[in-house]
Amino acid sequence: MRLINRVPSRPVGLMLGALPFVAIILAYVAGSEIRLAANPADKLLPALDTIRETAARLFTETDKRSGDILLWQDTFASLRRLFLGVGISALLSLSIGMAIGLLPYARKGLTGFVAVLSMVPPLALLPILFIVFGLGEVSKVVLIVIGITPFMTRDLSQRVLDIPVEQIVKAQTLGASSFVIALRVALPQVLPRLISAVRLSLGSAWLFLIAAEAVAADVGLGYRIFLVRRYLAMDIILTYVIWITLLAFVIDWVLKRISERAFPWMGAGL
Amino acid sequence: MLKTTILSATILAAALGAPAMAAEKTDFKIAWSIYVGWMPWGYLADSGIMDKWAEKYGISVDIVQINDYVESINQYTAGQFDGVSATNMDTLSIPAGGGVDTTALIIGDYSNGNDAVILKGEGTIADLVGKPVNLVELSVSHYLLARGLDSVGLAESDLDGVVNTSDADMIAAYAAPEVQAVVTWNPLVSEILSSNPDANNVFDSSQIPGEILDLMVVNTGTLADNPDFGKALAGAWYELMGLMKAGDEDVLTAMAEASGTDLEGYKAQLAATEMFYDPAAAVAQAEAEDLPETMANVAEFLFDKGILGVGAPSADFVGVEYPGGTVTGDSANVKFRFDATYMQMAADGAL
Repeated sequence: MRLINRVPSRPVGLMLGALPFVAIILAYVAGSEIRLAANPADKLLPALDTIRETAARLFTETDKRSGDILLWQDTFASLRRLFLGVGISALLSLSIGMAIGLLPYARKGLTGFVAVLSMVPPLALLPILFIVFGLGEVSKVVLIVIGITPFMTRDLSQRVLDIPVEQIVKAQTLGASSFVIALRVALPQVLPRLISAVRLSLGSAWLFLIAAEAVAADVGLGYRIFLVRRYLAMDIILTYVIWITLLAFVIDWVLKRISERAFPWMGAGL
Repeated sequence: MLKTTILSATILAAALGAPAMAAEKTDFKIAWSIYVGWMPWGYLADSGIMDKWAEKYGISVDIVQINDYVESINQYTAGQFDGVSATNMDTLSIPAGGGVDTTALIIGDYSNGNDAVILKGEGTIADLVGKPVNLVELSVSHYLLARGLDSVGLAESDLDGVVNTSDADMIAAYAAPEVQAVVTWNPLVSEILSSNPDANNVFDSSQIPGEILDLMVVNTGTLADNPDFGKALAGAWYELMGLMKAGDEDVLTAMAEASGTDLEGYKAQLAATEMFYDPAAAVAQAEAEDLPETMANVAEFLFDKGILGVGAPSADFVGVEYPGGTVTGDSANVKFRFDATYMQMAADGAL
C-alpha cells in the first residue's frame, strides 16, 4: 500500500500525537536532573515539582505589598489589552477589507498602501508610538492594532474579491443597492473568514502584546516575565509560559466553536 | 519511532543540561556588555592584549560581547561562560542567589554619577512624592532610587508606583508626556540631560560612592582549579588600565567608538566613573571597611524586593566573603566572594 494511504488506527494516532509532548517532557526532566545534580540551587531548569509548587503559589497566594494575586491581575490586564487590540483590528480590517473588495475607488486607493503597510515592522516604530500615544494602555493596544490589521485587511479584501461575480450581478438584477450587497451578499460570506483571520493573527497579537509589555508596564503577563528574568526565576517564567499557551489555546478553541455554531455551512472550510 | 523519540530526548537533555564543571582546562569564555566601565573588555579582545596574556599562561580566553546585560549574567549563571562583567548587586541576586559560587576577580570601578534620578522640571528628590517613576525595575537604578528616597526619609510607597521601562527605550520614554521622572544610567543619563532642557538630575550615584561596583566576576570553582585564568585576566586588564590612565588617545577613541559616542563623550562618562586604574586602589576597595555594610544594604534591598534567591528566608540567606575571611550573611552558604589576590598580584607586579 502507498504510504499516503496508510492511516493509523485511533489508539495509534493518539499515541503518535502524544509522542512529541512526552519527548519534550522527558528531555526537560532529564536536563533538569543533570543540572540540579551539579548545583541544587540551579535556576535554569527547575524540577517539575518546583514548577508545580510555584504555580500553586502564583495562582492562590496574594502579594505581600498589594494584597492582590498578581497572576490574575497580570492575566486580566493582558487579556484586556489583547481583546481591545484584536477587536479593534477585526472591526477595522472588516470595514477596510470590504471597502477594498467591493468599491473600485477604494481598491485603487488603498490596496497598495495596505500591502506596503503590512510589511512595516511595527516594533521598529515604538519610539514614535510612545510619543504619539504615550506609555500607557493606548500604545500597547495600538501596537497590536498596527501589527495585525494590515495583514487581516489584505486577507479579508481578498476573500471579498473571491466572491463569484455572478452573485454580485444577480443581486443587482434583483435591485440591490451597493449597501445592501455589502450587507447581504458580502458580509455573511466574509464573517467566517474574519474569525479564521483572527485565529491566525492571535499568535502575532500575543507577540506584540508581550513586546509592548516588556518595554514599559507595571502589570501584565509579559511585564512579569521580563521582570523576573532579572533574577532568572525560570520557575515563574515557565508557569507563565504554560499559562499563556493555555489561554491562547482556549481562545482559539472558543473562536473555532463559535465559527462552527454560527456558520455551519462553512463546514470543512474553517 | 519510539527509538528516535528517546534519542532526540537524550540529545535535547544533553544540550540543556551541561553546566560548566569546575576542572582543570585551558579554554575559557567570558562575557561582557556595553557600559563605560566595561568597554576595556572589548578593547582587550580587539587589540590582542588578552591573547598575549593568555598565551603567556598557556591558555586561551574568548571575550564575547552580549547585547543584553541581564542575558549575559543569566548565561553565565547557566554555565555558558566562566566569567561575566556585572555589578555587585546583580552578582548577589542572579548567580550567587542562584547557587553559583562566584568570585569578584577584578573591581573595575564604582559609579560616581553614572546612575541618576532625573526629574522633569524643577525640584528635588522629595518632589517625586505621588509621581510615577520609570526605570528598569530591580536594577541598580531601582537601588539608587531606594537609597535616594531613603536619604530624605521617603520610601517607594510614597511614589505613584514604579513603571518597568526597558533601558533601550528610556530616551523615547522620557519624551512621552505622562512620564515625570526616570532613573537610568549612562550614556542614557547624559543623553537625556543634554537634549531636554527641562531634565533635572536630583540624585545620582556620586552621593552613594562605592556602593554600585562594576566587577568582573568568575566562577569560584573554575578559578580555584585554574589560577592561570585569573592571572591572565588580571594581567591583561591592568596593562590596559595603565594605557587608559596615561590617557592614550588611540585606546580611548577605540572604546568611545565601540560604545557609540566620541572621545569627548566617553571622557565625560569616565568622569562620572571612579575607575580603579591602579590595582592597589582596587585592592583597597575590596578591603574597604564599609564594603560589608554596603553589601548588607544591597542584600536587604534585594530581599525586600523578593529577589534574593529562591525562597530566601531572610536578607542573610546568601553569605558574602571579604578579603581576610570576614563574612556577612549566612556563613554556611557563602556564594559571593571578594578576592583581592589577583589584583594584589597585579599591584605587586607579580604577573
